[in-house]
Amino acid sequence: MEILVCVKRVPMVGGKVVVTPDGQDVDTRMSGFAVSPHEECAVEEAVQITQRLGGTVTVLTLGPAEAADQLRDMLALGAGHGVLLETDGREWGPMATAAAIADAARRRGVGPDGGYDLLLFGNEAADTGDYQVPVRVAHALGLPCVTAIKNLEITESGAGAGAAGGSGAGGAAGARARASREYRGIEEAFDLALPAVISVKEGINLPRYPSLPGRLRAKRAVIEQFRPEYRGEGLRKELLRVPPGESKRAEILGTGTDAVPALVRLFEEFGVLS
Amino acid sequence: MTVLCLVERDGDGAADASLRALAFSRELAASSEASGTGGDPGYGEEPAGSNPPGAPGENVAAVVFGPAAEVPAGALAVAGVTDAYAVESDALTGYAPLAWARAIAELITASSATAVVAAATDHGNEVLAHLAAITDLPMAANCASAAHASDGRYRLVRHRWAGSLLEDAALDAPVALLTVAVDAVAATPAAVPAKVTVHAFRPDLTDGDLAVCATESAERAGGVSLATARVVVGGGRGVGSPAGFGALEELAGLLGGALGVSRVVTSQGWRPHKQQVGQTGTRISPELYLACGISGAIQHMAGCLSARHIVAVNTDPDAPIIARADYAVIGDLNQVIPALVTALRERAGLS
Ligand SMILES: Cc1cc2nc3c(=O)[nH]c(=O)nc-3n(C[C@H](O)[C@H](O)[C@H](O)COP(=O)(O)OP(=O)(O)OC[C@H]3O[C@@H](n4cnc5c(N)ncnc54)[C@H](O)[C@@H]3O)c2cc1C
Repeated sequence: MEILVCVKRVPMVGGKVVVTPDGQDVDTRMSGFAVSPHEECAVEEAVQITQRLGGTVTVLTLGPAEAADQLRDMLALGAGHGVLLETDGREWGPMATAAAIADAARRRGVGPDGGYDLLLFGNEAADTGDYQVPVRVAHALGLPCVTAIKNLEITESGAGAGAAGGSGAGGAAGARARASREYRGIEEAFDLALPAVISVKEGINLPRYPSLPGRLRAKRAVIEQFRPEYRGEGLRKELLRVPPGESKRAEILGTGTDAVPALVRLFEEFGVLS
Repeated sequence: MTVLCLVERDGDGAADASLRALAFSRELAASSEASGTGGDPGYGEEPAGSNPPGAPGENVAAVVFGPAAEVPAGALAVAGVTDAYAVESDALTGYAPLAWARAIAELITASSATAVVAAATDHGNEVLAHLAAITDLPMAANCASAAHASDGRYRLVRHRWAGSLLEDAALDAPVALLTVAVDAVAATPAAVPAKVTVHAFRPDLTDGDLAVCATESAERAGGVSLATARVVVGGGRGVGSPAGFGALEELAGLLGGALGVSRVVTSQGWRPHKQQVGQTGTRISPELYLACGISGAIQHMAGCLSARHIVAVNTDPDAPIIARADYAVIGDLNQVIPALVTALRERAGLS
């Protein structure tokens, strides 16, 4: 299985979001960066699949030069190759992002004979939450697609994609996957022919912690770099702002167990005690 | 001119999320008159009043997948829907995202739609993303509001970080594709109920459109569902160990509620992910959320925007959650929760 996983670098905002004075960005001077949780799970899923069926995981991100750090974090989890689509730091919209990712995927191609058998994404980016990049990439490449997946099984690994280190040519002709999720209390399962595009949600697995050898390998790994061209699109951010009513202060009921009677009275008032 | 809204069915009715999307669609349709971008091109002075009664402003039409006889016409009328398109197809037996998008793409032309709206559910976002890709139009997900502006564009407010941050945006597109942040909009009825005309619509679908379709099976629901529980007892890193959740579970049981946890708890493997509350977990909307040993990170709080009352138990009076909760107890949850359990058991005459 040759798997491409697309991840996004996002600020690790904690207790409070602060916007820069020009209202254009989240102030990241006090925060680090990380890969969105859904996408970290996508990488873990890809690593588990290739450990079972052979093949390699390529992790790709579109972002500033510093996003190479997030690629290395994912290489430390077991991805084999890194691809950086380097931007000048501007925020890219979902249409341009999808077009650049599709172009990058075409360099290697999709399907048997060495192309990607599976493209994995997180369901939505943690910051912009656009919910569309995976689907647009699928259309650009003419592949089937399903999103918001919580359980994934490769049901047919396809001819020639047998054990690890098989033909080396990838080549999972006839491969299929079963992808499922829960929707309003109902399990929805999809049977897809590979190659396909699938976006996943946190909870599909529990990502491993990087091993020390993994970290060392990631540090030395060569990251392929490209510079796609920015283009604007019909949806444009004008201003970011923090929702109103964020800075109230809780009424303190008391300290330690002394507060228990006040808690019970409050629950009575809320009508949650029978 | 029409705002076309995807309405998901829930039993015999319309899903609550879709009723919210319909309320959003109505506001959008009304803004076209206010801004003068609706039927009457002469915008500027008293645009709304300049339309004679019955002039073509924008109306709200619903797209419902399934036979015309099963369209929830009563609910749609209350929501102000004038036309409902029932998408009927023998080939379309269940949910098929690409086929749904193809059908809506055809309906854009058939209904002269200027906007397509859906609730930002897994189905709504997925179908609109396919529609956006088919039509090569921009799509704005998770909108809290949308209105026509006099320059012919749309002014939007979008949720980022699942609602912890708002984005004012401009959308320039011949047809606006929008999904609605469900937490941000109430399912209000129309001022005057509408009379709904139901149209059966047969889309032109190929095998390729139907290649990805859902097979449904009922999930076994065990215990109180976190998403709909009236009380949620939350535990975070401050619980300290897997064993520490025993007291919180007992408390949840006494309150007829569900246990919810933070991401730290699930990523440590202390509790399963299906109990996680937050941006990448479950959204809750209880009467009472009792958050214990949880710092109140924005991504956690994004999951409880719809909680009625939030009470925090935390050792740190400066934890961010103290600025987001309504009430707080400053103290060690490992003492406070067992004492609370004892008090509630005594009150109920259980010990
Ligand atoms: C993109 C993204 C998505 C995320 N999605 C989610 C999500 O869906 N849900 C989620 O929860 N998080 C999410 N997170 C993680 C989030 O940012 C926080 O890291 C996490 O919520 C913190 O969990 P916590 O409050 O349990 O731990 P901490 O932040 O470590 O807080 C522990 C709290 O417990 C208190 N405490 C310690 N001991 C005690 C005691 N004995 N008694 C009482 N109080 C005590 C401390 O004072 C502290 O306030 C996400 C992060 C990112 C970047």
